[in-house]
Amino acid sequence: MTGSPEEKGGAHREAPALLELDDVVMAFGGVVAMNQVNLTIREGEIFALIGPNGAGKTTAFNVVTGVYRPTSGQVRFAGQRIDGMKRYKVTKAGVARTFQNIRLFHNMSALENVMVGIDAHHRTGAIGAVLGMPWHYREQRHGRERGLELLEFVGISHRAHDTAKNLPYGDQRRLEIARALGTDPKLLLLDEPAAGMNPAEKQSLQELIRRIRDDGRTVLLIEHDMGLVMHISDRVAVLDFGQLLAMGTPSEVQKNPKVIEAYLGAEADAS
Amino acid sequence: MKGNDVTNNDNGTATGNGNGNGVKRSSNPLSGSMDRMRDWWAGAPQWQRWGVYVALIVGALILPAPWIGAFMSPDNDWTTVLFFPIGVYMLMAIGLNVVVGMAGLLDLGFVAFYAIGAYSLAYFGTEYGWNFWATLVIGVAITAVSGVILGAPTLRLRGDYLAIVTLGFGEIVRITANNTDEIGGARGITNVPHPPDMFGQKFLFDPAPYYYLMVATIVLAIIFSRRLEISRVGRSWAAIREDEDAAELMGVPTFKFKLLAFAVGAIIGGLAGTVWAGQANFVAPNSFPFILSATILVAVVLGGSGNLPGVMVGAFLIAWLPERFREVQDYRILFFGAVLVLLMALRPEGLLPSRRRRAELAEGTGGMGSMGAEVAGPTSDPDMEVSK
Amino acid sequence: MLDDLSSQFLPSTVGGLAAGAIYALIALGYTMVYGVLRLINFAHSEIFMIGAFASLFVLITMGISAPLTGIALVGMLLLMMIVSMAAAGGAAVVLEQVAYKPLRKKGASRLAALISAIGASLFLQELFALIVIPEVFDTPGRNTVPVPRIADRDVLFSIGNANIRTDHVIVIVAALAMMIVLDQVVNRSRMGRGIRATAQDPEAAVLMGVNIDNVVRLTFLLGGAMAGVAGMLYAFEYENLIFNVGFILGVKAFTAAVLGGIGNIRGALVGGFALGLIENWGAIFLGSEWKDVTAFVVLVIVLMFRPTGILGESLQRARA
Repeated sequence: MTGSPEEKGGAHREAPALLELDDVVMAFGGVVAMNQVNLTIREGEIFALIGPNGAGKTTAFNVVTGVYRPTSGQVRFAGQRIDGMKRYKVTKAGVARTFQNIRLFHNMSALENVMVGIDAHHRTGAIGAVLGMPWHYREQRHGRERGLELLEFVGISHRAHDTAKNLPYGDQRRLEIARALGTDPKLLLLDEPAAGMNPAEKQSLQELIRRIRDDGRTVLLIEHDMGLVMHISDRVAVLDFGQLLAMGTPSEVQKNPKVIEAYLGAEADAS
Repeated sequence: MKGNDVTNNDNGTATGNGNGNGVKRSSNPLSGSMDRMRDWWAGAPQWQRWGVYVALIVGALILPAPWIGAFMSPDNDWTTVLFFPIGVYMLMAIGLNVVVGMAGLLDLGFVAFYAIGAYSLAYFGTEYGWNFWATLVIGVAITAVSGVILGAPTLRLRGDYLAIVTLGFGEIVRITANNTDEIGGARGITNVPHPPDMFGQKFLFDPAPYYYLMVATIVLAIIFSRRLEISRVGRSWAAIREDEDAAELMGVPTFKFKLLAFAVGAIIGGLAGTVWAGQANFVAPNSFPFILSATILVAVVLGGSGNLPGVMVGAFLIAWLPERFREVQDYRILFFGAVLVLLMALRPEGLLPSRRRRAELAEGTGGMGSMGAEVAGPTSDPDMEVSK
Repeated sequence: MLDDLSSQFLPSTVGGLAAGAIYALIALGYTMVYGVLRLINFAHSEIFMIGAFASLFVLITMGISAPLTGIALVGMLLLMMIVSMAAAGGAAVVLEQVAYKPLRKKGASRLAALISAIGASLFLQELFALIVIPEVFDTPGRNTVPVPRIADRDVLFSIGNANIRTDHVIVIVAALAMMIVLDQVVNRSRMGRGIRATAQDPEAAVLMGVNIDNVVRLTFLLGGAMAGVAGMLYAFEYENLIFNVGFILGVKAFTAAVLGGIGNIRGALVGGFALGLIENWGAIFLGSEWKDVTAFVVLVIVLMFRPTGILGESLQRARA
């Protein structure tokens, strides 16, 4: 849809905004996990959210996907307000995610996991299934075919019929991505996708994320691996103690003194 | 035939993992041979499957034969026993399996729907003289609505709270029937109409036609619940059972599907009640005690929650053993109680588990997470995980 | 209707407080076990039942057939209480060992634990119906067993048209006293700290050197002992026992625990009295045959609108 050739690989400033956070505050009792965060993510970009542990990154994901309702502020997706919306409706609207600690349906097969995601846009209900209506069969077939396609896309189609929990760790991360892609998101949120991966796996993950973007999807990721972040991101935002510290291209952010201080604070003082 | 096309494919998905990579095989010989049978079934050609279906149905039809009854039920009329408790328990277990086995919701008041089904026939049949089939339709509608009425306010609750609330609902229905004179109060309703003649069969006091009616109802219920299981609906239930939050975030309207599970379970339970009342001719509040809910739960759990053949075997055993061995009749609830405790400690997945469910119950997912105060156990708090 | 209200309000209040005291004592066991294990100890109602029959056993063994007075009465009540506490507390510990500990060790699902609890509940009821009641009390197992009256029901004083009798005072005072003792034990003693720590965060508690098995055993022992006192007071006040006496009472006590905020010991007290009053006041309008329904409806409404209860959940935070 988006991501026309000339947009790829750089200047996205002209692309329309896909996800906007306006002055989002998320407080739990006295703890403010997000303090007046403003963010705009544009169509077709790979956007990374970085920051130390406890900076509010996953909280931001939870606010965007409807797990939390922000204390104040607005979240808009493709111009439509999604804060306070039911979680499955946010997903249907085009936002899907993976989890920092893998949360697959462990005892279902890989293919079934992906089919659950694909079902988000299916409509067969109890009556259609019981009476064997044509759309039921159409959707079953679609789910299977699309599911295998997505498993192929993320590179684990040979494990389609294996139980999710029996997959190796890296494959489980890929399966989570495939399941999220099943919901056909415009915006894909990846929560530390490279955690626990070896360099070769990281390399192919990096390619996978690019291919997802080239498919016309926007990617928002949380990642601690700076090499990966700096390599594939179009833009980076830095969160620290719930505050947006800096935002810009990877090289801009790397040079930002505030970021250097936040990340290297101790060493900077010492020198 | 289309229906089988899908069954086929689903079996491919669900059991394809049996060849080496699947759920760890239990060393138990029973589940070992079960797995072999399942693998055979998954690979069996269409005609062999139909052969099994036909054989099962023919078996069910000749089951009331006296020579079988002589062994199975020397003390009581075998056909009567086949209808009640065996048939009724099996049908109810199929219904409760949708709620507990497929959607992972613990319902301790399932008897309420059975009661509502039975009372629907009794009330509309005696007060308005409606025919059995008309009330069957109305009864199904009423039980479905009552399932929704129970579910709508309660399905957002934690799993164990839900269990207690459903128990309360079962008691509310029984006590209300007991206290309401319009439906006979504690004395209940007599002269409940029998079904009209069908295929030249008279539905009076001979249990045989009721038994065949029950077989037909059970076959229908099996087809229904099996078709649901392999559809988007069943996948959503399985996802909810495994990780409700993740399911919702993958676009599953969890509340709607949980409500649906309650309604479907209620309908099947209600059907059991209506068919039973058509034969029994008489309904009263004390036919619907909590212990009946617990008994059906034992059947589901014993057989292998989530696995239809297992659940039916469980229901058959629970219904038949006390009838066959009259000397243990008095001790059956004592025995059920002990079975539940032992089963949960030794084999929580039941006698014939579904592959998936077996793993879930053993490792502390399966709807509710693991118990607290056990550090070794897996993480049990989904809310915590989302926010990590 | 208004006449009913004015003439029955005060007597219903007294009845409600007496019933509520017993609910509160049973609710303590639910609340403590839930706080520590996140388990609805479904068989707790049978622990109560065992406590009630233990008191009856004392009366029969001592050959009591006429009401007592003075020191004899107090001594008899204390003896009943001690025996009931020991029987119920001991039964609760055994229950934990047999029905829950194996599951705990495996990290089994809470669904499995709840099913095991239901099994234990059915087993204990039937054990009494089939064996204990016929053998020990010489009564057909499913019949009600009468309890001899041990204190005359003299009117001590009146408030309006409500007569406050000896038995009311004994039940309410005994229940309050036991609750204060328990509250002190949990809040002051070292063992009590272990319970609270485990309820808050089992993993941290283990790291701090708390022995989980001991904490769980103690929790069951204390909860069971309280149910034993409740059983003794029930036998004393209502003078009829049956093998499934715990069933409805258990659900009501659980309602009381939820009403007060499950996991919250003081909440159990508040919830117990609140429920006793609500159902007795409700009975003025609806008739006493609807009491049980009222209690269940209260449960549903509380869970829907304020699942953390009146006082909130304090031994632990609300968990999904």
